[in-house]
Amino acid sequence: METTFTPWSSLGGGVLIGLAAVLLMALHGRILGATGILGGLLRFDDPVDWRLRAALVVGMAAGPLVYLLATGQMPIIDLPISNLAVAVGGLIVGVGVSYGGGCTSGHGVCGNARFSRRSMVATLCFMATAFATVFLLRHVVGG
Amino acid sequence: MRLVTALLVGLIFGLGISVSGMANPAKVLNFFDLAGTWDPSLAFVMAGALAVAIPGYRLVLARPAPAFEDRFQLPDTRVIDRRLILGSATFGIGWGIAGFCPGGALPAIGTGDPAVFLFLAALIGGLLGARVLQARAPARKPA
Repeated sequence: METTFTPWSSLGGGVLIGLAAVLLMALHGRILGATGILGGLLRFDDPVDWRLRAALVVGMAAGPLVYLLATGQMPIIDLPISNLAVAVGGLIVGVGVSYGGGCTSGHGVCGNARFSRRSMVATLCFMATAFATVFLLRHVVGG
Repeated sequence: MRLVTALLVGLIFGLGISVSGMANPAKVLNFFDLAGTWDPSLAFVMAGALAVAIPGYRLVLARPAPAFEDRFQLPDTRVIDRRLILGSATFGIGWGIAGFCPGGALPAIGTGDPAVFLFLAALIGGLLGARVLQARAPARKPA
């Protein structure tokens, strides 16, 4: 499935993501990592912390609605894969980010932005296996 | 006040994900498909985010504390171990299969697309599964 190359909107969206990361650090002193936020929502021992994470996620989920108000359409979600692949991929992502301690937002944006060596290594690892996986699935197995 | 700012930070992030196209698995998977329908947009998202987060973090972290907390909560681990490498590599495999990552999927809740909920359910299953495994096997020495 072809997708349109969108350098400007992707750059602009990236700027907003970076801005959100900086604001969360400036105001609340935290890394904006989706893995950490979600992981914390699955613990219930600190209600103050839990509400803060819940507010972040509610705000995130409101993003597409504000996008809808501004542009007249929802962000596109196209799935060139089966539901089974979504489920299996999700399970693997969950295990991986638990052990790896972060994902694209936490390591890829926040960690790399403060030049954490752990995050640089993590980013290289997940990028490399994502390239390899897509190549295998699309050009070796499915090719 | 804390919850309001967290909500707004989440909204900026969610809007960024929406604008960037990173809620769309087809677009994400195409970034990894160098040999096929390549779409370099994701690199522009990372570039935009880092262009803001690198100088932004530098400014913010030079301050004594965040606005609403006593201190910055930064990861204190520095070791690059097998756990980080294998975990991140595993995450990349799942990302390459599903095309969603946690940071793309949380804002995508707002689109109401069933695939997002399927991914998140599997992701949470993976996170909790890994938590059970980690509780059983005590932390080993770094490789």
